[in-house]
Amino acid sequence: MKGKLVGMNGDRAVAYAAKQAKVDVISAYPITPQTIIVETLAEYVNNGELDAAFIPVESEHTALSAAVGASLAGARVFTATSSQGLALMYEILWIAAGLRAPIVMAIGNRALSPNINIHCSHDDAYAARDTGWLQFFAENVQEAYDLTLMAFRVAEDERVLLPTIVNLDGFILTHALEGLYVLEDAEVDAFLPKRKPINPIDPKNPKTYGPLDFTDWYMEHKRLQFEVYQKVGGVVREVFDEYEKLTGRHYQPVKTFNVEGADKAIVILGSSAGTARFAARKLAEKGMKLGVVSLTQYRPFPVAELRKVLESFDVVAVLDRSVSFGSPGNQLFMDVSTALYSSKKRPILVNVVYGLGGRDFTPLHVERIYAALEEVQRKGEAPEESLWVGLREG
Amino acid sequence: MELKTIKTLKEIPREEQFAPGHRLCAGCGIPQVVRLALKAVPDPKVVVNATGCLEVATTIFPYTSWGVPWVHIAFENAAAVASGIEAAFKILSKKYGVEKPKIIVFGGDGGTFDIGFQALSGALERGHDMIYICYDNEAYMNTGIQRSGATPKGASTTTSPAGKVVPGKLERKKNLIEIAIAHGIRYAATMNPAFPVDMYNKIVKAANTPGPTVLHYFTPCPTGWYFDPSRSIEVARLAVQTRIWPLYEYDNGKIRITVPVKEPRPVEDYFKLQGRFRHLLEPENKWLLEEIKRDIEENWQKLMRMAEQSK
Repeated sequence: MKGKLVGMNGDRAVAYAAKQAKVDVISAYPITPQTIIVETLAEYVNNGELDAAFIPVESEHTALSAAVGASLAGARVFTATSSQGLALMYEILWIAAGLRAPIVMAIGNRALSPNINIHCSHDDAYAARDTGWLQFFAENVQEAYDLTLMAFRVAEDERVLLPTIVNLDGFILTHALEGLYVLEDAEVDAFLPKRKPINPIDPKNPKTYGPLDFTDWYMEHKRLQFEVYQKVGGVVREVFDEYEKLTGRHYQPVKTFNVEGADKAIVILGSSAGTARFAARKLAEKGMKLGVVSLTQYRPFPVAELRKVLESFDVVAVLDRSVSFGSPGNQLFMDVSTALYSSKKRPILVNVVYGLGGRDFTPLHVERIYAALEEVQRKGEAPEESLWVGLREG
Repeated sequence: MELKTIKTLKEIPREEQFAPGHRLCAGCGIPQVVRLALKAVPDPKVVVNATGCLEVATTIFPYTSWGVPWVHIAFENAAAVASGIEAAFKILSKKYGVEKPKIIVFGGDGGTFDIGFQALSGALERGHDMIYICYDNEAYMNTGIQRSGATPKGASTTTSPAGKVVPGKLERKKNLIEIAIAHGIRYAATMNPAFPVDMYNKIVKAANTPGPTVLHYFTPCPTGWYFDPSRSIEVARLAVQTRIWPLYEYDNGKIRITVPVKEPRPVEDYFKLQGRFRHLLEPENKWLLEEIKRDIEENWQKLMRMAEQSK
């Protein structure tokens, strides 16, 4: 593993990556569990370790509005938020993506109110899924650091130019101290040189940003925006490959574990993938094979890669750390279902809700899910309702 | 470079950076302030625009009226976006020698008094170097004619209609300049299209002032106020002559009335020209008219006191 081994929590690791990325502008508002990120960056700036403008704004709405302005001006821009903060940014999420403003934003994933809860759910990230932001999910502190650096490369690539979210599970990663390998500043400089903005605000070459579109152009512009996302997967792979050469750390949009020869699998996002793999190892000792499929890249959704992996299973549990109220399925479940619908061989899908508001997710839960998958496999049909694991009664 | 104030209209630069052919209504007061601001503030400059009449009438894709960089992002966040642009240019200038432009923000009264109020307050508090110009046509004109926090007492709008029980808006207008000054900014002023030299000079002073400045511009709206578009400047002038719209400035702690009104015209002269106020001249609404007159007098006396104390 290349780099210097240090100990940091997820928030500090993200802030350290943003510092090494030599961001020009940080525009941020505090919200738990993200706050340490912006506090750390403020320290870097005020101690002279990072030459950047830190805009201590009066709300998340302004944090993102200022970030879009700064990005259009050609700066390398970073912000961070969580939960209600992301919800307050919601309107501007669309605008940032539509204006092709590269910004890197870390989200300390947290449940949305009510009731107020500062711990991890994926409600916030899911709510941003249609806005046009790219999204990565980190599984541990190392990934939070690595993905933050890579996010700048992807976001600012001239084939992409899109704002990008790095998700890290609130408290589980944001506040957990872990060992991680960090690059030397010079290595980061080589991987991530100064931003070369495309069409930045320039008084010598005036342009109109964000004009009014009537019925005669709006649809064409949305089509142009749509087409960009077809190219993102390729750029992400290039960046992952280049980063692997630099660090020896291998990244892929869809991460698989124990899938060979297994007929049951679970699909999962974020830090719980590690728990799932641990449980899968335990199950394997008892002769029960469970594949674990986790997504590093959530938007654009890696349809082809995921389909290829999941087609070989009989039953697959899709785990959501969120509830999509009144909808035909929870968020990741709907993504996976849609991705598989046109497959020749489709596994039976079971939707599982877990870990809401920071509820512990343990290997025991994975074993229960495995038992449920066995039953579904035996019956040959999926339950109509999603299965909740970890409720007080259970 | 210290910009110079002027004495006559002839001194206003001829070069235009705001193209004719925009789709603002005939008689609209907005283009005057835009043209003068782009003339009074030298290049390099960047304009940030909140959602509103100015935005929708000047940037209909694939056309644009703007000869300077122009950015629109949303309704309520023009000051926030400007904060980001300003901070970015400041650091890019320091790190890479990029020339730092002056940021001019245009927001309507809805985008300033109401939905964008928090973003404006934040930007003023943080001290970003920008000229914030509120073009105030005293209602949400872009969506029709709905009341805003800037709608004056007595005005009829579609959400404060002059009805049989409630004769229009009963609340007073927010005092934007006082609120702006309370943030500790160094320059703020009111402007009016009937007094272009006064307006030009105030924009010049704002441009010469580092940090945030706020300019509050009275803009007649023939569509929303129901008057003949050819009488737009007359309406604007009457607003000053009746003391309804005092022209004054706050400059580093001193308040100065820039266009003294020794003998005010009757407010009825102003009201009778406009459909939005016509009901105030009916006998049953005399109480409201009297109340408005008292408010105007009170405001003027307060301003005179503050100006006197500043001497």
